[in-house]
Amino acid sequence: MFKGTKNILMVGVGGQGIIRASDILSLVLMEAGYDVKKSEVHGMAQRGGCVSSDIRFGEKVYSPLSKIGDVDILVSFEKMETLRYLGYVKDNGIIIVSDEKVYPPSVALGDEKYPENIEAVMKTFFAEVKIVSAVKIAEYAGDRRMANTVMLGVLSSFIDVGVEEWKKILRNEFSNKLVERNINAFEAGRNS
Amino acid sequence: MKSLLSGNEAIARGAYECGVTFASAYPGTPSTEITQELSRYDGVYAEWAPNEKVALEVAVGAALAGAKAMAVMKHVGVNVAADPLFTVSYTGTNGGLVIVTADDPSMHSSQNEQDNRNYAKFAKIPMLEPSDSDEARRFIKIAFEISQSFDTPVFLRTTTRVSHSKSVAELETPVSPDTKLKITKNPSKYVMVPAKARERRVVVEKRIDALRNFSESFGENKVEIRSTKFGIITAGMPFNYAKEAFPEFSFLKLGMVWPLPEKLIRDFASRIETLYVVEELDPFFEDQIKAMGIHVTGKKIFPYTNEFDPGIIEKSIRGPSRERKIFHVPDLPARPPNLCPGCPHRGLFYVLGKLKAFVTGDIGCYTLSFMKPLEGLDSCICMGASIGMAHGMSKALKEEGRGKIVGVIGDSTFIHSGITGLLNMAYNRSDAVIVICDNRTTAMTGMQDHPGTGRTLQGAAAAELDLQALAHALGIDNVRVINPFDIKTSRNIIKEELKREGPSLVISRAPCALLKSNSAKGQPLEVILDACTGCKSCLGLGCPAISWKLLEDIPEVVKKKSGKQEGAAFIDTTLCNGCTLCQQLCKAQAIKKVKNHV
Repeated sequence: MFKGTKNILMVGVGGQGIIRASDILSLVLMEAGYDVKKSEVHGMAQRGGCVSSDIRFGEKVYSPLSKIGDVDILVSFEKMETLRYLGYVKDNGIIIVSDEKVYPPSVALGDEKYPENIEAVMKTFFAEVKIVSAVKIAEYAGDRRMANTVMLGVLSSFIDVGVEEWKKILRNEFSNKLVERNINAFEAGRNS
Repeated sequence: MKSLLSGNEAIARGAYECGVTFASAYPGTPSTEITQELSRYDGVYAEWAPNEKVALEVAVGAALAGAKAMAVMKHVGVNVAADPLFTVSYTGTNGGLVIVTADDPSMHSSQNEQDNRNYAKFAKIPMLEPSDSDEARRFIKIAFEISQSFDTPVFLRTTTRVSHSKSVAELETPVSPDTKLKITKNPSKYVMVPAKARERRVVVEKRIDALRNFSESFGENKVEIRSTKFGIITAGMPFNYAKEAFPEFSFLKLGMVWPLPEKLIRDFASRIETLYVVEELDPFFEDQIKAMGIHVTGKKIFPYTNEFDPGIIEKSIRGPSRERKIFHVPDLPARPPNLCPGCPHRGLFYVLGKLKAFVTGDIGCYTLSFMKPLEGLDSCICMGASIGMAHGMSKALKEEGRGKIVGVIGDSTFIHSGITGLLNMAYNRSDAVIVICDNRTTAMTGMQDHPGTGRTLQGAAAAELDLQALAHALGIDNVRVINPFDIKTSRNIIKEELKREGPSLVISRAPCALLKSNSAKGQPLEVILDACTGCKSCLGLGCPAISWKLLEDIPEVVKKKSGKQEGAAFIDTTLCNGCTLCQQLCKAQAIKKVKNHV
């Protein structure tokens, strides 16, 4: 096992399935023998606000929150939200971004503009930026709501846990009806 | 067996493992899941009480009958329960009584940031504070042991970060609960008239002395010496942050946060040159430790406000040392929480926002309607305050206030602490109008039932409070029911009631859009581009399903209805559930049901 802890930060907007994805990730890591802590904020964030979830794993984890500048992998479910959290990522950190855009109220009302050149901004600061058409891939796999499973698939290739261990947890976590679809979505993400 | 549990799930699990059979609570973030989880275990009776005061009194009764009982609430809930709290400290508990207080540093979902460790000292009740899920599971058991051995209520304090973070917990086999309970009369212990209370008052002080002694050797007050130069005294979640930031320091981690183990603290301090106290919110330890004559550094360098994280502790002690890249990112639009598409509050607050009235508000999802574009609410203090405040304003303003004061309150909140306020309005003949936003659930905390829904915590059928009959019984003669999805009628009825002398109650009744039982979800609507004049009326609703695009950003060619038209509205049909509010506002009749919707 590596020394210290690895830190993942999942961010996006309420309703995108971030909490569910971070739960699944944490279970996978626990089953793989790591100590795991994860944290998120419930409550008012449910109503369309920003959602973020820290997942930290290693031999022994104390804090469920990462330090600013210590995040190894930022997984962002909404394009613009990525920028809000760039400061959390290590200099050599990895950024995985879904290209989905969810307009905040001020943008929907036409009072503010959705920022442009998000990709360029990210790539100015970070060498490894992976942009994923998570919603499209999920739609192709059967349901756009599985975009979170697609993102887990993408993330899985950056984490040292066997693919079968991921699938084992996915099988436990989804009802029979949804298991195969989600495994397809996961694999599509992993191979994207 | 290992399991990944949230702090709240772990508290429920621990309670079950040690034979808790009774819990009463009012939902409140971040405490809600504890009672929900507990209710799923065999042999546990759990209920939603109308408010925290009732929840605690119910738990006191169960404890006096010999049960292991819990009352669960968020930090501000303890304010509501404070009356019984301070006196049950005198009577003691017979069975076991633990009060869980879930505090909310950073106010993620609260109106204030009070530090409820102060209640332990104030009410003379010992308090434990876990730092992760496995400790939460173990500490609730210890809390019951202390309650029973010292005949005292015990606090278990969590914070949002403990309650809502997940970590690995060991599961143990539950013990069988004590089922042979019986009534034992003991008036000199349980009847707190002055003569008896004076006797118990002495018992309380003796008990605190005994607890102080206990805390000196309490196994969860842990000393870890790694350095003689630097040491940290801390508890709860901040322990994790400090440990992460300064693993090389010595630590005194307090599992019991009141009363403090003075000898243990003195001994720790004598072995360390420089001592820090790391605690979120108030200098609760710091003040007490300084009063012992021990030199420590605390709030001089650490923030008073908001929750900590490892970075804050590192920066406070070491100063900003690590060089970080400066990220030049564009200013990002904020993403405030919003009422859901199809929310019944939207129509009501659209109407209220257009009135020239002061709207006293309350605690619930609808509080969000103070924001643009609805701007339909002007105050929020605590649960129930809207009604008292509306009455106070109307009395103070006299004639000037007539027709200008509306108080709004949710159904669950009204039952929690609005009923007495409404009684006061009837009794003292108020001129204000009260609106109960009756969405048939406790929505903000995640759809909990309450006495108005006719369902218990377990979903069983229950007596359903009749709000109209209640209002009449309180002495409110003018009671109207509106459908907030009908803008015109709602506006007219509220205006009529505002004109009327004397108090009025308007019940704005429509189920929460997120309720599973809500079958009223209609066909989604869409904007007919060729009819939309770009007047933006529909945008005034602040519905997440409606957005605005400039004509040049629209791929299709749009026929301009006037030279002034700059853009058009769009409806996201995956979000829209056909509440029709926007359709009612559209003067161009450009909003229609989606054809062929499955």
